[in-house]
Amino acid sequence: MYEHDVIVVGAGGAGLRAAIAAHEAGADVAMVTKLHPVRSHTGAAEGGINAALREGDDWELHAYDTMKGSDYLGDAPAIETLAKDAPEDTITLEHWGMPFSREDDGTVSQRPFGGLSFPRTTYAGAETGHHLLHVLYEQVVKRGIQVYDEWFVMNLAVTDEPDPNDRTCHGVVAYDVQSGKVEGFKANNGVIIATGGPGQAFDHTTNAVSCTGDGQAMAYRAGVPLEDMEFVQFHPTTLPSTGVLISEGVRGEGGILYNEDGERFMFEHGYANNAGELASRDVVSRAELTEVNEGRGVNDEYVHLDMRHLGSERILDRLENILHLAEDFEGVDGLIEPMPVKPGQHYEMGGIETDENGKTCVDGLYAAGECACVSVHGANRLGGNALPELVVFGKRAGYHAAGKDLGEAEIETGYTDDVEDETEADLPITPGEAGIEPVSASESVATDGSGQVAGGDALLEQAVEAERERVDRLMEKESGTKHADIRSKLQDAMTRDVNVFREEEGLKRALKEIQECRELYQDVYVEDPSRTFNTDLQMTYETRNLIDVAETITLGALVRNEFRGAHWRLENQIRDDENWLKHTLISWNGGKPSIWYRPVILEGEDKTYEPKVRSY
Amino acid sequence: MSTQQQQPEEPETQESPVEGEPETESAPEPQQRRLERKRLGQAQREQAEAEAEPEETKVHLKVFRYDPEVEAKQEPRFDDYYVPYERGMTVLDALIYARDEFDSSLTFRHSCRQAICGSDAFFVNGSQHLGCKTQLSELEQPVRIEPLPHQEVVKDLVVDMDHFYDQMHSVEPYMQQEDLPDGDLEEFRQSRENREKIKMSTRCIWCGACMSSCNIAAGDNQYLGPAAINKAYRFAMDEREDEEIKEHRLRIIEQEHGVWRCQTQFSCTEVCPKDIPLTEHIQELKREAVKKNLKFW
Repeated sequence: MYEHDVIVVGAGGAGLRAAIAAHEAGADVAMVTKLHPVRSHTGAAEGGINAALREGDDWELHAYDTMKGSDYLGDAPAIETLAKDAPEDTITLEHWGMPFSREDDGTVSQRPFGGLSFPRTTYAGAETGHHLLHVLYEQVVKRGIQVYDEWFVMNLAVTDEPDPNDRTCHGVVAYDVQSGKVEGFKANNGVIIATGGPGQAFDHTTNAVSCTGDGQAMAYRAGVPLEDMEFVQFHPTTLPSTGVLISEGVRGEGGILYNEDGERFMFEHGYANNAGELASRDVVSRAELTEVNEGRGVNDEYVHLDMRHLGSERILDRLENILHLAEDFEGVDGLIEPMPVKPGQHYEMGGIETDENGKTCVDGLYAAGECACVSVHGANRLGGNALPELVVFGKRAGYHAAGKDLGEAEIETGYTDDVEDETEADLPITPGEAGIEPVSASESVATDGSGQVAGGDALLEQAVEAERERVDRLMEKESGTKHADIRSKLQDAMTRDVNVFREEEGLKRALKEIQECRELYQDVYVEDPSRTFNTDLQMTYETRNLIDVAETITLGALVRNEFRGAHWRLENQIRDDENWLKHTLISWNGGKPSIWYRPVILEGEDKTYEPKVRSY
Repeated sequence: MSTQQQQPEEPETQESPVEGEPETESAPEPQQRRLERKRLGQAQREQAEAEAEPEETKVHLKVFRYDPEVEAKQEPRFDDYYVPYERGMTVLDALIYARDEFDSSLTFRHSCRQAICGSDAFFVNGSQHLGCKTQLSELEQPVRIEPLPHQEVVKDLVVDMDHFYDQMHSVEPYMQQEDLPDGDLEEFRQSRENREKIKMSTRCIWCGACMSSCNIAAGDNQYLGPAAINKAYRFAMDEREDEEIKEHRLRIIEQEHGVWRCQTQFSCTEVCPKDIPLTEHIQELKREAVKKNLKFW
């Protein structure tokens, strides 16, 4: 057994930032991550990091833009925290050596991004995430923070009291990918989940193959609610053949979208008469697909993004990486021809429910970054707001887990007095059933069920034993279903029916197919007999996580019968503030999900944000 | 026990067809090199595709296999796979297909599939490439895929990267600045020119291709190697660090197993998937060391 004060699971932007903060606060920190830190998907972020740094801008404008961008589903205390902390946290990155693009006077450059009332997106070429990831890792190296890389976390060691709010997390169970041994990691102060998004639930995604929602699924099964999972961001500009991301920075710098007839459709077809290409991402994604569906797409599949008029000097200065991506992955030279683009899954706005300090309802369990939902993005994330989220809430989670006082959080978590009770939605199936073995009241329990916890060590030992047995079972089975087949079935269902445009019938069909995936998973087996670097085993675990997360996305999308932000419903194309200014919460309860709601917090520190029609 | 991978006996495929002529000493600008290579590559791609269509074609892969734990794989071998070709397919796509359809135990690292995570550097037809950005249409068949040479093989295409990471860490790869600028929101100023100067060096994705291609690193386990020296360059040339630290950095890189070991063979520069002019950076650090009257080895 390994033992540390704070265990960070995942080593992308949020995890690294959390580890640095916990270390600064005096804790003995370790990171447990299935990839080496520099392989993390934060490295693929391109556009930039929003922070009100300049004269004429201030945090209140940033907060206002973010609240509007969220379609009034963000919680004001979270959004205001983001906007207030972002400037200092961004400059800290600069002090750590971040090679931001520069103005003539040597200060960091900022550029316009969709949905922003001020050009506050601070950037490093079109490879901001790469630099951010490396700078944070450098600081981890500098501090000598322990990193267990290529260790795959399989489960959390959480107690099994009936009410998740009474439970405690004592550590994690992980397996060393290189040697195959399963071990426990005890966390004396807290576990911080920073495992990124679940983009691999979809077929066409900008996300890395490693983005399988592991942390979300583990927290969910331990009793922590997943919040607002139906809000999945589809990025309007991804390359059609691979899903590789073409940064919003292209439109920020003045790139133009054309349909097959050469029309600048954002204006000519009235999708966003003011902001045009710089409307927020959900608006542009829908516009593109509408063009394609109405027969004005190029090759009936995509639209064109043209940046040639910007001139090669400006492109090379600010968007060079885009040229390389278009060339390497689509065979297109962005300097002499327009680039083909279409919407692709990009970001999960929902996630593990946390408060402003990154804390979940389970004691000692934190989450930060894309896997978390402190509710800054609400129904739609603005471009450039993911990176400040990482550093701001990663840092806060790290501080809080290490015992630093950040003040009382205003956001409540878990099943408390202010929640609205379970939905009576008509579901085509009983979700979760035919669950994946072994299913008990709360799967990550490791106590004897008496409610008496024998102490962290015993709990963790039991959890370790359970995972060792599970691995043996998977590996001893000699034939069965391959995880790759289940995964592709899941991805197909999600891409067909839980995409940019959604309707009840399709969502129900998707739920049935997710259920079929669960049934197939009962028979999954690991073909590779080796304990050395067994990616077959790892992907088998990941596939299970994807099934659980995909189900919450689809359930959320089915019950929310309104149109808000990235969630478009055919049957009801109006935002229904009267009934739906509330978060969807789904928790794993006795082997099946239950759905309930919590009101959105629109009251900020000094003002209340009034929902307005969101037009660009 | 892991095994040291055998070097291919003949270096006949040392040059990938798209690499063009070997670099001469005055290498052209990276962007220029890139555009030239692209023109060559595109023509080849189009030709290959014209020849390939319309009937379904299969790509023949020969993939290196080794697993210390599985009896049948303890003796290193090559497995053959025939993967249905689709336009735009990369080496990584073909490996994923082979794994998902034919053999779940086929093992390789990969993640972002867009040339930024740096985990899928392999030895393809005799030179180092990122699997995700290498088009099959640009390669001669059968496509031979092996783990990076000069590193211990853990299993199949997975090599032990620990030595590479150790070398990266040994150059103190982090900004070292004692005094912060005055004011909470005051950044260090950096000129556009200086950012431009370090720009290419900051693009390293730690894939290890350069280290694997370097003959010197192969013979001298303590040699810092191109990636680590490039990392040192990234900080030594950054004007935000002051003179004292710069001198400390030069002392690290001019040590016995530092920059002076480089014999300017340009193999690192040729294989770098991010077009970092590694050899030039090493030469520039040598010049800096000379200017500072640091010791020659």
